[in-house]
Amino acid sequence: MKRRPWALGAVVAVVFLFLYAPIAWLAIASFNSSRSLSRISGFSLQWYEELADDSRVFGSLRLSLQLALSSAVIATVIGTLAAFGLRRAFPGRGLWTVLLSLPLVVPEVVMGVAMLGFFVKLAGVPLGFGALLFAHVAFSLSFVVVVVRSRVSGMDARMEEAAADLGASPFVVFRTVTLPLVAPAVVAGAAFAFLLSFDDVVISSYLTGVGSTTLPVFVYAQASKRGISPEIVALSTLMVTATALLLIIGVVVASWRARRAGSTAKLAG
Amino acid sequence: MLRRWLKANGLLAPTGIWLGIFLVAPLVVVVEFSFATRDTGVARAVLPWTTQAYLTALDPAFLPIFGRTLAYAVATTAACLLLGFPLAWFIARHGGRYRTALLAAVLIPFWSSYLARIYAWKALLDGEGLVNTVLGWVGLDRDGGFLLTHGAVVLGLTYGFLPFMVLPLYVACERFDFRLVEASYDLGHGRVSTFFRVVLPGVLTGVLAGSLLVLVPAAGDFVTPKLLGGVEQSTFGSVIDDQFRGGNNWPLGSAMAVLLLVLVVVVLVLRGRRGEDVL
Repeated sequence: MKRRPWALGAVVAVVFLFLYAPIAWLAIASFNSSRSLSRISGFSLQWYEELADDSRVFGSLRLSLQLALSSAVIATVIGTLAAFGLRRAFPGRGLWTVLLSLPLVVPEVVMGVAMLGFFVKLAGVPLGFGALLFAHVAFSLSFVVVVVRSRVSGMDARMEEAAADLGASPFVVFRTVTLPLVAPAVVAGAAFAFLLSFDDVVISSYLTGVGSTTLPVFVYAQASKRGISPEIVALSTLMVTATALLLIIGVVVASWRARRAGSTAKLAG
Repeated sequence: MLRRWLKANGLLAPTGIWLGIFLVAPLVVVVEFSFATRDTGVARAVLPWTTQAYLTALDPAFLPIFGRTLAYAVATTAACLLLGFPLAWFIARHGGRYRTALLAAVLIPFWSSYLARIYAWKALLDGEGLVNTVLGWVGLDRDGGFLLTHGAVVLGLTYGFLPFMVLPLYVACERFDFRLVEASYDLGHGRVSTFFRVVLPGVLTGVLAGSLLVLVPAAGDFVTPKLLGGVEQSTFGSVIDDQFRGGNNWPLGSAMAVLLLVLVVVVLVLRGRRGEDVL
């Protein structure tokens, strides 16, 4: 007997309301005719128009996208390798786990000031894109490892053994068996790394140089002077809408493919 | 055996080198700075070695800030557990084929700018904001709204860190054998006793991993408390930030950062090996 979880469902609905209330409010406020975020006085598209004309916002947006893409690619490649390295037990694995958990648990402000001190005083790395890239890979790497590792450790090694027994070379086994099995986790890890980099304020704020301001740092600097600008509210609304659309398309396509695969299997069977 | 060890370390080497240079070395530098002498010029921190920074950091004047920071972090972790557990449990147990979609729905709000979300809360919570207006209809409104209160800070932190609680909890719930709940009912246990004796031990690894991922970063956050709580509710993180940002006192800021690191180590040691497979 499975009871209908009404009470639980109600709690979950409240949590979703909590999660979406600020987002919904941002979307509403982006069409506000006044600068205020808290009081809606009328409908207008002026903030979207101003956003379209604001080259500083787009400059920092482009830098943030470049940074997030490059750091996500690096973190995903070396993080996936690390996840495979942790697959089987070996002496010293515990130590690796400790090292890898550091970026997850060290507070951002501590990482930020540490990297600032290190880059400026010891390494002689100039602040800017390079320093940002080193730092972003360092703090997002572990998230990739965690996500990919959860998939790798749940993988059935017999599939790869079977392929090898049937004469596939290690490279062919990896490409045709291992990689398809872990691909969803690698994609999820990459998305995670991208998001962490793209939205980071604290660490980036210590490491930006002249002319290399990321979007969150730009927004923070601007907002601490005169409150958040409605253009940024409009931009955030556009970004959430785009992501939500992409995710919905992804889910629909995945379920469509699953259904098609299911019906093909039924025909074949 | 040796081959396996070499292979594993070979695969881990790039990660190890990157983290060694860009994370561990900077943390070591912070420890070094914390024993240095303050320099108001460009050098920031110079010889001779001294423990002055620690004496200043442990000054009773900072004690209320440290206490407040810890209280925020603990309250945030508790709130994330209270909201995150029902959510993770519901998705894992009742989500069916919508599981992935529901998980994605939890994460979508976090694809917007973190600052924009915090400012949205700021707008919702202030005197003429939506929350106060709606509460006004039932006579529960508060003069000046809810900004600049402890509640606002904990709410903002909870909002920001909730996914870090939900994801490990979900992993743990998904592995949990739900038939154990039915078995417990059949054996005569009530709901409360089933929760504490069957469910909680079953998902404990997720609870610990999630709590760790929320507690420590929440203790270090300073942007949320600053924006929703104002200067009055400043936290340890913002004191550290001040020491570096203004170029004020790098050794003092470093000593405080080291104290936060000590907190991290204490929490890691307390956790021990439990929940390692989830994190």
